[in-house]
Amino acid sequence: MVRVRLSALAAACTGLVGLALALIFFVAPTDADQGFSQRIFYFHVPIALTSYACFGWGAWKALRYLRTRDERADLESYVAIHQGVIFGALTLLTGSIWAKASWGVWWSWSENQLVLFLVLFLFYCAYFMLRFSVEPGPARANMSAVYALFGVVLIPVSFLAIRLSQKFIHPVVFTSHGPQMTGSQFFVFCVSFAALLTLFATLYQVELAGKRLDAHVRELRELLT
Amino acid sequence: MIASSSPPSEWQYVAAAYLVVFVFVLAWVALIAAKLGRLQKQLGELVEKARARG
Repeated sequence: MVRVRLSALAAACTGLVGLALALIFFVAPTDADQGFSQRIFYFHVPIALTSYACFGWGAWKALRYLRTRDERADLESYVAIHQGVIFGALTLLTGSIWAKASWGVWWSWSENQLVLFLVLFLFYCAYFMLRFSVEPGPARANMSAVYALFGVVLIPVSFLAIRLSQKFIHPVVFTSHGPQMTGSQFFVFCVSFAALLTLFATLYQVELAGKRLDAHVRELRELLT
Repeated sequence: MIASSSPPSEWQYVAAAYLVVFVFVLAWVALIAAKLGRLQKQLGELVEKARARG
């Protein structure tokens, strides 16, 4: 059952990513302001939103662990946050390339949204330093869960940062009046977002299966020695 | 004659961004696959050990 679900997820992911790429390069209209480089938006923003989703999922699993003390929830939280850090790194990399193409600089310290996302990313990088500085056990799981829950507070701050600043150059696409793009652009964005969420779901299941197998192998080795 | 270097064009930035994502994900999948291969090998050794015992 698990294998069928993972195969289906992987197939859906492959299909959606292929469809997203085809839509981005052959269907989406060229932006009047930013030109061809605006197409980075169709991956950069969904990757950022997926990283928020990963951290949110990790925090949810952390809360589940604190309520149930189920070790599986601790492992699921760790894997989700690990994925979130990888997607976060991708956000920073693609964002820097887009910044260079649009603004002529790789980074701007005066942009609140960029700096707050970097803070969020570094906060979750520190999660691993905390986790692996403690011996495996309930104490490590407790500290990791509390840390993951604290971090989730930074997500809405990071997301809303652009609305808090007076002057900004980072584009604001989603406003209170709705998405500031054409229907076809919004459709392509939604497909791209679905593709990246499916990618997260697939890699999450694969990494989780690997970690569980690792735990079983260790247990088996201890029993046999 | 001094060769002049022109800045990358827009499509090169777009290609770089998508290539970074592709390479990152490919490397990530390769690492997971390598780890699973190692675990499979360890599991095989443990099964042999268990069989040898009884």
